[in-house]
Formats: sequence, C-alpha cells, structure tokens
Amino acid sequence: MIEVSGVSKSYGKTLVVDGVTLALPKGGLTSIIGPNGAGKSTLMSMIARLLPMDAGTVIVDGLDVTKVSGDVLAKRLSILRQDNHLTARLTVTDLVTFGRYPYSKGRPTLQDREHVERAIDYLGLGDFRHRFLDELSGGQRQRAFVAMVLCQDTDYMLFDEPLNNLDISHSVAMMKLMRKSARELGKTVVVVLHDINFASCYSDHIVVMRDGRLFLQGSPTDIVRQEVLSEIYATEFRVHELDGNRIATFY
Amino acid sequence: MSPEALRKTSLVTLAVLAALSLVAAIAFMTWGARGSWSFVLSFRGTRLMAILVVAYAISVSTVLFQTITGNRILTPSIMGFDALYVLLQTVLVFTLGAAATSAIDPRLMFIIEVAAMVGFSLLLFRSLFSGHAQNLHLLVLVGIVLGVLFRSLSGFLQRIINPDDFVVLQDRMFASFNVTDGTLVGVSAALVAVVTVFIWRMRDTFDVVALGRDMAISLGLDYQAATTRILILVAILISVSTALVGPVTFFGLLVANLAYLIIPASRHRYTLPAAVLISVLCLVGGQTVLERLFAFDTALSIIIEFAGGLFFILFLLKGRNR
Repeated sequence: MIEVSGVSKSYGKTLVVDGVTLALPKGGLTSIIGPNGAGKSTLMSMIARLLPMDAGTVIVDGLDVTKVSGDVLAKRLSILRQDNHLTARLTVTDLVTFGRYPYSKGRPTLQDREHVERAIDYLGLGDFRHRFLDELSGGQRQRAFVAMVLCQDTDYMLFDEPLNNLDISHSVAMMKLMRKSARELGKTVVVVLHDINFASCYSDHIVVMRDGRLFLQGSPTDIVRQEVLSEIYATEFRVHELDGNRIATFY
Repeated sequence: MSPEALRKTSLVTLAVLAALSLVAAIAFMTWGARGSWSFVLSFRGTRLMAILVVAYAISVSTVLFQTITGNRILTPSIMGFDALYVLLQTVLVFTLGAAATSAIDPRLMFIIEVAAMVGFSLLLFRSLFSGHAQNLHLLVLVGIVLGVLFRSLSGFLQRIINPDDFVVLQDRMFASFNVTDGTLVGVSAALVAVVTVFIWRMRDTFDVVALGRDMAISLGLDYQAATTRILILVAILISVSTALVGPVTFFGLLVANLAYLIIPASRHRYTLPAAVLISVLCLVGGQTVLERLFAFDTALSIIIEFAGGLFFILFLLKGRNR
C-alpha cells in the first residue's frame, strides 16, 4: 500500500501539488487522470523519490521513501517516466538487463538473464533483442523501457503516460499487459493516463487530480459519468455503456 | 548485435589499439637513439611516463565527465580548470616576474597548482551541493561563468604585463610534454593510481549513471553521492595532468568521441580503456612524429588543439543532422 499524506510541491511560487493525501491500495491497476497541469506526473515522481517534496510523507509498505536507502526501495518500487532520452548507445538486451541492477549490481547472474529474456518475450521484442535502441521505432523503444521496468520485478510499478508513442494495437497490448501483471503476478500498477477510455476499461481504481489537489477517487463506474467528467475537464461528455464497459465520447 | 558479438568486437578493437599504442611507445623510446642506452632510456622513459599519465588522466576524466553530464560535447575544461591554471601562471609571472617564476622549484610549483585546482573544484562542489539546490547543470554553469571570470582576469593582467614576461608566460600557457623531472612524474603517477583504485571500485555504477538521473535513482543508485564522487575524481585527474604539462583538456573531447565511435555499445568497461588507448596512441605517436620528423619545430598541444577543433565542429554538424 502506498500512503501519501499531506504532500505538497511548488516550483517557485506556483503550487503544483497541494496537500495531497491518498492511499493507493495494494494490488490491481490504478489510473491517475486529470487535465494538463493537474500535478499527476509531479505526484508520481515524488512517490518514486525522483523529486524532493516540500511537505508531507510517502510511505510504501511501511518504508518512508525519502529515508529508506535507494537500493532497498528499488526492489519494491520502480518508475518509468515519459521522456526517456539516452545518450548511451545500448541494445535492447543491454537496456533490459539494467532492470536487474538492484539485485545484481551490474553483474547479472544466469537467473537474471532468464528474467531479461522473459521480459523481452513478454513485450514481443524477441526479434529486436540485439538491435540498438536508436535503430528502433518510438513504440518499440517505449516497449523496451517497459520491459526494463518489468525486469526490475518490483511489487509496485509506476508508469507516467506509458501509451506515449504507441499505436492503437500496442496501446491495447500494453494495457492488457499491465492488467495481467496486476491480476496474475499480483503487482500493483499505477499509471498516469490521458485516455479516459483506457482508464475506464482497464483500471480497478481511478484517481482524479485537478489543480494540484486530489479531486475524486473511486471505481470506473463512480468516475466515468457524464456529470463528473464534464466537471473535471470542463468539456461536454457523453458516456455510453458498451459491452459492460463505460465509454466516454467528447467530440 | 548479440552480447557475444559486441563483446568480441570490443575486445578485438581494444587489442588492436593496445598493439598500436605499444608500437608507438617502442618507437618513442628507440627511434633515432644515439649514445648511451641507459641515458636514452631513462631520459625518454620519464617523458613517456609523463605522457602516459596525461593521456590516461585526460581520457578517463573526459569520459566520466560526459557520463555524469549526459553530454558528449563537454569536457571538464568547461568547469574552468584550464582558465584557473592560466590565471595562476599569469598572476605568478605578473607579481614575481618571469625570472623569479622560472626559478621556483618545479616541485613546489606542482604542489601549488594541484592544490589550487583541487581546492577550487572542491569549494565549488561543496558550496553547490551542500544546499538544497542539487543541480549538476547549475554546477556546470557556475563553472563556465567562473572560467570566463578567470580568463578575463588573465587577459587583463596579460595586457598590462611587461612584454618580456609575456613571452615567458605565453610559453607556459601551452602544454609541453618535455617533462624531465622524474619525481614529479612519479608523484603524478601515484596520485593517478590512487584515483584509479576509487574508479575501479565504482566501475559498475558508471553505466547506470549514464542512463540519466531518473532511471539511475529508480534502479536504486544513490545518484547524488555517485556523481559527486565522480566529479571529485575527475577534478583530481584534471588537476594532476594540467599541473604536469599544462592545459590539454580539449584533447579529451577528441579521444572520448573517437572511443564512442569505434566501440559499438556504450559500456564503460570498453569505452574507458578504448579512450585511454586512443589517447596514448595520439599523444605518444604524435610526440614521436613531432620530435623525429619535425625536429621539435612546434608544440604537440598546438596540433592537438587544431585537430580537436576540427573534430569539434564535425561533431556539432553531425549532431545537427540527426
């Protein structure tokens, strides 16, 4: 369980995250949605100790993320941010192997190699395993980074807009993969999403942020409603029930 | 490329470089030798050692500096090391005069220079890393600004200095590999060896640092501590090398990028030795050609700066095309 209490962050005089208190349940897939500038990515970065917070605490399974040593947390929680630009020239296998760094500290064992192979196959990158990242398309590269996070084999996995650069079929595959990780492997997956319908169809729990505050949270049936969405995004929404999923249209 | 193929290509490349470097070193020691072998070998041996120390220090520090800044067209000289060295020389010549400066015991001079440069960088890192603003780019920026300040101060002093003194000063501002003091070279080699022990102990973290701050932290690396430690090691390497022969840090840009070019994957276990070997090859080979073919007509560092500048422009153009 991730317990966020009273977390704030400001850049200069702009308050981007304003006293958020939130408990993310263990297990399942949680989506964080909200308009641009709602503080979703900033909150996620603070949960993963990438950004220092101005106030508040984040506790992951009883460990305070700002106090516990980095390599202990790296076996519990991993994060993938949206812009992953590398100056280093690496092959897919090289990159994914870094996912085992918290365990093997740069000297992967045979067992680590198996993890790497499994993660690569899991994301359908088998044919590209020996290719350099700069020879791949944006979507393939994105999947390589996800494979690395998967390879880190942590209980909690945070993804900041993982569907960036992915086409429809790969977006669906990615969301299925995340739900599968949550259901079958018992992982806790937290994703920042912009596509409400992906959030609606795949999440177990949705957290809505607006203006740096926690606006609302609940199951997809609680959140994906005409009046709720219209208020969050200040846009007209229609919500339809299709094959048991709630689909929002806003065109 | 498969991991085995990468490994093989990298190792073969390193072996070829090592063989070429060895040939260059043998040529440097024996080509055109006349008279007593014991004299020639000890005389040239000292200078070869000095070149090796410098080649190693420059290449390793540049590769590591580029790793922590995530930028392949930076060299540690941007932090103002060269400028501080030039300022130090200028102030000494200006206040004491050329004759008195030249009369200072080179060992004392060496100690003063190393102490000034390491002290300066530690002060810079400390003041910037002690507070909350833990930003590497800010550090680099402050280094650049201080470098400009030092350069302007030196420029000012050089304009009002006695012209005779200026000629002596100008000579000191270019690197010279004609070091003959065995003690200095020995001390430098020892310092570099100590630094190497620390680098060796950190060897597995470099590749992770190269992934960038966010990913390195996510993988459990204490990024702050790792980068600070690397910066200190870089500062010591640069200081020793600059104090020994003068400013040649620009050269690092050349060898680091050549190393990235010929080693297929960016793994420090291959790029670091490759950069060192290319650096040895260029410096030892260059110095040999310079001494035997051009009869000492020019300074190696001038050729290096020239070639380095051309490569720098080439890299910039290549980067823009991408």
